[in-house]
Amino acid sequence: MTLPAISVSKLVKRFGTTTVLQDIDLEIPEGKVSCLIGPSGSGKSTLLRCLAFLEEASEGMITVNGEALGFFENAKGVRERLPAGQIRSVRAQIGMVFQQFNLWPHMTALGNVSEALKTVHKVAKTEAEDRAMIQLRKVGLENRAGHYPSQLSGGQQQRVAIARALALSPKIMLFDEPTSALDPELTGEVLNVMRDLAVEGMTMVVVSHEIGFAATVGQQISFLDQGRLLFTGAPSDVFAKPRHPRLEQFLDTYLDRGASMLA
Amino acid sequence: MIFDPNVILNHLPEIISGIGVTLALWIAGMAVGVALGFVVATARRYGGRVIDWPLGLAVEVLRGTPFLIQIFLAYYGGPFIGISLDPVPCGLMCLSIYAAAYYSEVFRAGYGAVPHGHVEAGECLGLNRFQIIRRILLPEMALIVLPPSVNLAVILLKESAVLSIITVPELTTTVSAIGSQEYAFLEAIFLLAVIYWVIVEAAARLGRLAETRLSTFRFAAS
Repeated sequence: MTLPAISVSKLVKRFGTTTVLQDIDLEIPEGKVSCLIGPSGSGKSTLLRCLAFLEEASEGMITVNGEALGFFENAKGVRERLPAGQIRSVRAQIGMVFQQFNLWPHMTALGNVSEALKTVHKVAKTEAEDRAMIQLRKVGLENRAGHYPSQLSGGQQQRVAIARALALSPKIMLFDEPTSALDPELTGEVLNVMRDLAVEGMTMVVVSHEIGFAATVGQQISFLDQGRLLFTGAPSDVFAKPRHPRLEQFLDTYLDRGASMLA
Repeated sequence: MIFDPNVILNHLPEIISGIGVTLALWIAGMAVGVALGFVVATARRYGGRVIDWPLGLAVEVLRGTPFLIQIFLAYYGGPFIGISLDPVPCGLMCLSIYAAAYYSEVFRAGYGAVPHGHVEAGECLGLNRFQIIRRILLPEMALIVLPPSVNLAVILLKESAVLSIITVPELTTTVSAIGSQEYAFLEAIFLLAVIYWVIVEAAARLGRLAETRLSTFRFAAS
């Protein structure tokens, strides 16, 4: 059996006295699309942010391709923080895409995509821009390279954001509700880019309300509710015959909404 | 009383020298104030409570007391703690520190105005704290802090007149002296008002020009 791309064990996340994630155990298989679904406030975004180390877990361990992320357990079983350089090198394997795109408004699309190559990896400007162009071409935006984010549509901005993450050749891509800030008409172009990535065999973790995307592209579905991971399984187990009552109730609200639109 | 332009014309060289000293003190004080203010705001943001608290207190004291009193304290009180400065260096020091206190608040607001997600995007891509400040936060906040910075520059120019109280040979000192010497106070005071206003107006125009430039080049069409 191959090593999971990400392994989460006994993860707890508290904000002050509020526990938002409780005893999360999860394995993200390599080369597959894993979707985190659940109602608002269930903790799915927080879990994803823990995987990106944007939030530090209060307890528990996360390993990325076998390497500890952020914290490790020493010989006495005490949790210790890893040095900053070590944390950065593990994080470098992960690309993150945000709900709000978070492009830098003072840089063009090309500037956004080539920035980390130039600043962090000290790649020469022309080579960095060549490599950035390859990624922009991949998301279908090579003719928008010189545009500022404010001159792009939401869908185009999100595709630039995906290209920006891909430019650093991550092994794993995390998507935090990548289409939630978009007009329904624009979600398709972003989901198509994500489908292409999935076909290439990129390891992906997607937090999404796009149940359709989860059902058709997702290969592992995890359902969270009130900070607990209630169920992880194949899409057929989740959508065709949801055995968990809370999951069934959650999916019903989506079906109800679809049905009401048809009526 | 009749307005006599000869009072002004006869003393042109002194007046020009006074303008020179005022401009030099103002620009130097602002340069130090902007640099130090940025350092203070950055230290308060990243340094934790141990650094934030004392710096915050210093900023509050400097903003909460009249500039006139600060100059008196530094000039006449300084020697008691072993700091005896001539009027010009003392005045420059006071103006710089006073400016730094206000500019630190401008930059603090600037830091706060950049969406945190833009910083998180940088972190995820491996930029370290220094790179995030230089490549993301500073350029993004430039446009935001420009109008309050120009406003502050205008206030500082006018506050620099207070330095006349410790005989710094700047514009107000020079022109007041001419007024006393010639018994022509109206001319002197009127001339002062006009010169300060002209400099302020020039600074404001420069500021607006910079704002237009920045917004067209950096945030095209936004």
